[in-house]
Amino acid sequence: MSSPDTATAVRPARRLTIARAIAEAIGQEMERDPDVLVMGEDIAKLGGVFGTTTGLLDRFGPERVRDTPISETAFIGAAVGLAAAGMRPVVELMFVDFFGVCMDAIYNLAAKQSYFSGGQVTCPMVLMTSVGGGYGDAGQHSQALYATFGHLPGLKVVIPSNAHDAKGLMLAAIRDPNPVIFMYHKALQGMGWLGTVQRSITDAPEGDYVVPLGKAKCVREGEDITVVSLGLSVHQALDAAGRLANEDVSVEVIDLISIAPLDRETVRASVRRTGRLLVVDDDYLSYGVGAEIIASVCEASIPLLVPPQRIAFPDIPVPFTPVMEHFVLPNADKVTAAVRQMMRISN
Amino acid sequence: MSGASNASDRLWMYATMVKSRHFEALIKPAYFEGKSPVFNMAKGPLPGEMHLSDGQEPCAVGVCAHLRPGDTVTATHRPHHVAIAKGVDLGAMAAEIFGKASGLSGGRGGHMHLFDARVNFACSGIIAQGLGPAVGAALASKLRGDDTVAIAFLGEGAANQGAFHEALNLASVWKVPAVFVIEDNAYGISVSKRDCTAVERNADRAAAYAMPGHFVAGNDADAVHAIAGAAIARARRGEGPSLIEIETCRLEGHFMGDAEGYRPEGEVQRLKASDPIPAYRARLLTDGFEAADLDRAETDARAAVDAAFAFARAAAYPDPEEAFAHVFA
Repeated sequence: MSSPDTATAVRPARRLTIARAIAEAIGQEMERDPDVLVMGEDIAKLGGVFGTTTGLLDRFGPERVRDTPISETAFIGAAVGLAAAGMRPVVELMFVDFFGVCMDAIYNLAAKQSYFSGGQVTCPMVLMTSVGGGYGDAGQHSQALYATFGHLPGLKVVIPSNAHDAKGLMLAAIRDPNPVIFMYHKALQGMGWLGTVQRSITDAPEGDYVVPLGKAKCVREGEDITVVSLGLSVHQALDAAGRLANEDVSVEVIDLISIAPLDRETVRASVRRTGRLLVVDDDYLSYGVGAEIIASVCEASIPLLVPPQRIAFPDIPVPFTPVMEHFVLPNADKVTAAVRQMMRISN
Repeated sequence: MSGASNASDRLWMYATMVKSRHFEALIKPAYFEGKSPVFNMAKGPLPGEMHLSDGQEPCAVGVCAHLRPGDTVTATHRPHHVAIAKGVDLGAMAAEIFGKASGLSGGRGGHMHLFDARVNFACSGIIAQGLGPAVGAALASKLRGDDTVAIAFLGEGAANQGAFHEALNLASVWKVPAVFVIEDNAYGISVSKRDCTAVERNADRAAAYAMPGHFVAGNDADAVHAIAGAAIARARRGEGPSLIEIETCRLEGHFMGDAEGYRPEGEVQRLKASDPIPAYRARLLTDGFEAADLDRAETDARAAVDAAFAFARAAAYPDPEEAFAHVFA
C-alpha cells in the first residue's frame, strides 16, 4: 500500500468547481447506496440551477432523481418521511431565501425527529441550498442566513469554501444520520454566469473521502491575529492575509466549514496564540456567527491584546444596486483595514 | 353499511374504541390533579396542553383496521385514538404523557409528539405537518416495491393549510400509496368550519388533485371501514392516493380547560346523545353479536388501559441530564 505522499505524487491533480464536486459526491454515493435519492426544483433535466446535480438524471433515472413541483413544504416534508423510512434523500431548495415557506418541515419536523422520538427515528437527509449575494439579485435571492439555521438545535450546517471540502462534506453529510443543511456560496460555485473565486476551484480526489462535519481548518498559519471566516469570506481573509504579509503582519485564517456543530476549540487554540480575533461573515451582523465566535473566545477567558472585532453584512435587507450592495458587503479591503486597525498600523 | 366489515374487524373496532375512550377517561382526572382550584397548565402529573379525541374514535378504528405494523401513520396534535388504533405501545404511550423515562421518547415529546417506530407511528403538534412525511413514507414504499401504505390523518381545519394542497398534489403527481384522512369535527379550535372553509365538503377538493374524494357521513365505524378499506386496497395495488373526509365530532373542548363558549347551546348534549360508541354497541347487538362477547372485549380493553396507566404512574422520571440526549442521532 502506498503512503499518502506517494499516492498524491502519482495521481494527476484534477481541478473541480464546487458545483462539479457536489454532483460527483452525490453520484458516487448513489452508486454506493441504493437508499440515496435526489429531489428538488429543476434538479433533474436542468441539473440544478447551480449545477449541483448535473448528469445525475442520465445515470440514475427519474425515480431517483426527481424534479418536484414548486411545493417546498411538501417535498421537504416528504424528505423527512423518506428519512424516517430509512432512505437518504438529498433535497435541493435553490435559494436559502426561499426557506420561509417550509420552515415547519425544517425546524419542527426534521430537526426534532430524533429528539421527539427519543432516538427511535432518525432524519438522515441533506438539504442543500445556495447563499450569498454580490451579483445584484437583491434581498430575496442574496441572503446568507447561516446563523438562522445554526441557531436551531437538531440541524447540522456546513459551508464549504472549496471543491475539495465540498465533495468530502457532501459524502459525510449524506452518510450522517441527522439533517444537514449544506450551504454553498454562489460566488464560489464555478458557474460561468456568476463568475467565481478561482481559489475555490481545487483538486479533489476521485475516490471516496470525507471531510468531517463539525471540524474547522486552519487554512493559513500566522502569529499576529486570527481571522475566522466561512464560505466566501475565507477567500477575502486569505486575500487580505496575502497583502498584510507584505506589511510584516502574520495573519492566521480559520475556515469554520461547519457552524453547527461549531469547532470552538480550533478557534480558541488559535486565538490563545495570536491574542487577536477578527470574524468575517457575509450574514447579517446582529446575533450572528461573529457574535457566537467572539462569545466562545470570551467565555474561555482567553486574554486578548485588543478588543475582538467583526465584519459582517449590516442589519439591512440586501440592496439591489451594485453601488449599494458592494458598499455593504464584506470584502478583502475591509478585512485588511480592520486588521491594520487591530494591529495599530495606520491605514 | 354494517355488512361491509367482517365480524372480527367489527369486534376489534368496538374494543379499540372502548380502549381509546377509557384512555381519555383516565387522562381527565389525572390532568386536573394538582391544578385545582386554579387552572395551571404547568402543574400536576400531566402538564402542558391536553387534546382529547372523545367522539373521533370511529375515524381511527375504521382506517387502522386495514393496517399492518409496516404501514405508516402520521397523526395530529389530537393523536391518542389513532395511536391506540395503530397499535402504539399503550404503556410507553401513557408513560410518555406522564413525562416518564419509560415513555416512548423518555419524556421529550409528550402527548403531541408520540413516535413509535415499532409500528411506524408519528404525530406532530403543527397543523397539516404530517402530510409531507406521509407522502415521503409512501414514496419510500413505492421505490422499494413493497405494498405498504402511508396514512396521514388531519383535522378539517388543516385542509386550509398550504401543506395540504402541496402534499395532495405531490402524492397524486407521484402516484404514491398514500391516503389522506380528514377528521371533520367541525371546529378548528373555536372557529367553526362553515366560518373558515369555502367548500362544504373538503372531500370535493380531491378533484383538484385528480384523486378520488370520499365523504363518510354519520361518524360510523362501519362506514369508515368500508371506504377506507377500498382506498387502502387501491393504494396497495399501486393505483395512487385518495382523500377521505369523515364526519365526526369532538365531545370535549379543543383542549382540557376549554370553556367552549363558542358552542351553540345544546350542541354538546346533542352530540353526547349520539355518542358513536354506545351507538355501535347497540348496532352490534342488533346484528347478532353476543352481549357477553362485547362485555368481555370491553373488560379486556379497560384492563389493558388500566395496566398502562398503572405502569406510567409507577414509572420513574428521567434523569434531567437526559434532556441532552438524542438531539442528534
